[in-house]
Amino acid sequence: MNVLTQIQQFFSDPNTLWVLSGTILLGVSSGVIGSFAFLRKRGLMGDVLAHAALPGICLAFMLTGSKNPLFFLIGATVTGILASMAINTITRFSRIKEDTSLALVLSVFFGVGIVFLTQIQHTNYGNQSGLDKFLFGQSASLVGDDVWVMGGVAIALLLFSLLLFKEFKLLCFDPGFGRSLGFPVGLLDLILMLMLVLAVVIGLQAAGVVLMAALIITPAAAARYWTERLDIMLVLSAFLGGLSGALGTLFSATTANLPTGPLIVVAATMIFLISLVFSPRRGLLSKAIRLAATRKQMARERVLQFLYENREQGYFDPLNTEMILWKYPMSRRRLKSALASLTKDGWIQVEQKGGSFFIRGTGEGWVQAYETVLRTRMTEVWMMHENEIGGNIREEGSTTGEIPPDLFEPLWNLLVKHGREPKWNPKSDSIAGEGGNVP
Amino acid sequence: MQTSNRPVSVRDLSVAYHRKPVLRDVQFDAPEGKLIGIVGPNGAGKSTLIKAIMNLLPLTGGEVQIYGKPYKEQRALVGYVPQRESVDWDFPTSALDVVLMGRYGKLGWFRKPKAADREYAMDCLDKVGMADFAKRQISQLSGGQQQRVFLARSLAQDARIYFMDEPFVGVDAATEKAIIRILNELKTQKKTVLVVHHDLQTVREYFDWLLMLNMRQIAFGPTSEVFTTDNLQKTYGGRLTVLPDLPEPVAETR
Ligand SMILES: Nc1ncnc2c1ncn2[C@@H]1O[C@H](COP(=O)(O)OP(=O)(O)OP(=O)(O)O)[C@@H](O)[C@H]1O
Ligand SMILES: [Mg+2]
Repeated sequence: MNVLTQIQQFFSDPNTLWVLSGTILLGVSSGVIGSFAFLRKRGLMGDVLAHAALPGICLAFMLTGSKNPLFFLIGATVTGILASMAINTITRFSRIKEDTSLALVLSVFFGVGIVFLTQIQHTNYGNQSGLDKFLFGQSASLVGDDVWVMGGVAIALLLFSLLLFKEFKLLCFDPGFGRSLGFPVGLLDLILMLMLVLAVVIGLQAAGVVLMAALIITPAAAARYWTERLDIMLVLSAFLGGLSGALGTLFSATTANLPTGPLIVVAATMIFLISLVFSPRRGLLSKAIRLAATRKQMARERVLQFLYENREQGYFDPLNTEMILWKYPMSRRRLKSALASLTKDGWIQVEQKGGSFFIRGTGEGWVQAYETVLRTRMTEVWMMHENEIGGNIREEGSTTGEIPPDLFEPLWNLLVKHGREPKWNPKSDSIAGEGGNVP
Repeated sequence: MQTSNRPVSVRDLSVAYHRKPVLRDVQFDAPEGKLIGIVGPNGAGKSTLIKAIMNLLPLTGGEVQIYGKPYKEQRALVGYVPQRESVDWDFPTSALDVVLMGRYGKLGWFRKPKAADREYAMDCLDKVGMADFAKRQISQLSGGQQQRVFLARSLAQDARIYFMDEPFVGVDAATEKAIIRILNELKTQKKTVLVVHHDLQTVREYFDWLLMLNMRQIAFGPTSEVFTTDNLQKTYGGRLTVLPDLPEPVAETR
């Protein structure tokens, strides 16, 4: 309890920690359900369900006159289900496409909800209802019961997702195949939809009908950037959702009563943007870096190849860099950076003569050039004789460009057969120095 | 003839989309342990037929039996390779995981795949020459490799009857031969394979029996008997200008 009291003191309001754990649980469950919705391409559905919950909550209040969260949950679930049925009906029996019917249903239900809400606020009693907090969410307005319901439902949803992991995976990836195996895809879709409704509804008081959808989809979209595995994506999405919920609640509690929903969205969006740019495989930045590195490597290999091929044909003088561009078209800037990095490695020397640049290899550079050319030519014959040589060229060859040692000999023999073996080996050639490659 | 023991027995089957009939008068008894080709032009209803037999679409008429019983009771006997474009390959999962899905039917609800299932799936991947790609994310596979993953998934179903919708689309000649080798292996295990196929040149080489389809059944029988110029013209509505080289025409059976 020591830590707890510290935190309690820190936040001065003893309720905050309680609310905080509620919103974290909320974020975790929306992150998980959201991932399935996202992969099932039902992202927008979360938004529709959130907006459609408003009339349900208002009706529940008007009918019962109480603010019991259970009644709200029931009301919002009922209108959520009505909304999804409306969407199905419209797409099935009219020419209207799914996106249009989603927009249609969302605005109609939300409009009706606003009418009810105005109605409630014009009655005396309704003034104290605090229902307007449902629009943008106010985590500070959560009381004990709210958090119990919220946390309980969130945990139930998580357990259900765990139980149905395999079935949902099948549903999201290949529903047709799933049905052929005997899984009732329609029922699974319905269960997922119900879970989505619940995940949305328990978040309404904290995050608000307008922005709740962000807590469903954004963590899932962000998590997708970091992994290629569904189980990891779910865990990540849960974590990011929980983090967004926590950050939103903290800011909302510590700054002058800002609504929680927008703050959660800001937090989630920041997380998403970071993922978009910085994630290692799919992120924009790492993609750009990878591309630049490959291009540079390519240009370096071109230069070495050019040097070697000239030397192989008995041309010993330093080479004009313009000739490289002539044979291997590339931008001048790229060539320049390749030359600079090769010089830095000590593989080539550049000299300027009358406005043009000339390059020649160093001792180490010639060896590297030889290796590069050998590798390229071996890959060439390997491709031509893949069947008889064996090995998996597209796998072993593509990423590193290395030739597996056990294939070295047969490939060399093939090179000789085709007359393509590198004719001059700087490692064994004692007169190599004559070409002017002594460092 | 005792037909109820046939792997697939189709009686007077018809299917409609939105009241527009797309298949009618389909009636055949597939013999056991044969490679059966299904040919016909685009939109002939080949995919529709497979889906209808597998209960993925409502029938508007007729009935289908698998080894003498309704499909619903015999599901475990049937393996399926859907058309590759039917799924979004940018899904966070690996090739091995997709093949593992072939085991889900046997696992049933809630149970997670065991190590034995994993091994089985791995063997299936190996059979189609994709063992090296087991851990690869599926969107980073080439089209032909994705096709082989789907084939491996159906092998993982360990079925007795296989329906394959265009398994040769987008695979190179060597892979096509490799797949045919696998199909022939299935045949030796008394398994029945129905394959939608588009390349008329290879029909006689690959298939023992043939179903020719163009919104209705044109012919069904041993390839040597039904694969005739006459039937081809009927199937393709006289639109074939280059006919595959056929042996001397044989009398039509239907
Ligand atoms: N979901 C659908 N709704 C309405 N019509 C459909 C649907 N699917 C297919 N059709 C129609 O049914 C007919 C048969 O389609 P099917 O997909 O079975 O053809 P296919 O023989 O598999 O063609 P392909 O060789 O191009 O794959 C076509 O005319 C098609 O337009
Ligand atoms: Mg088709």
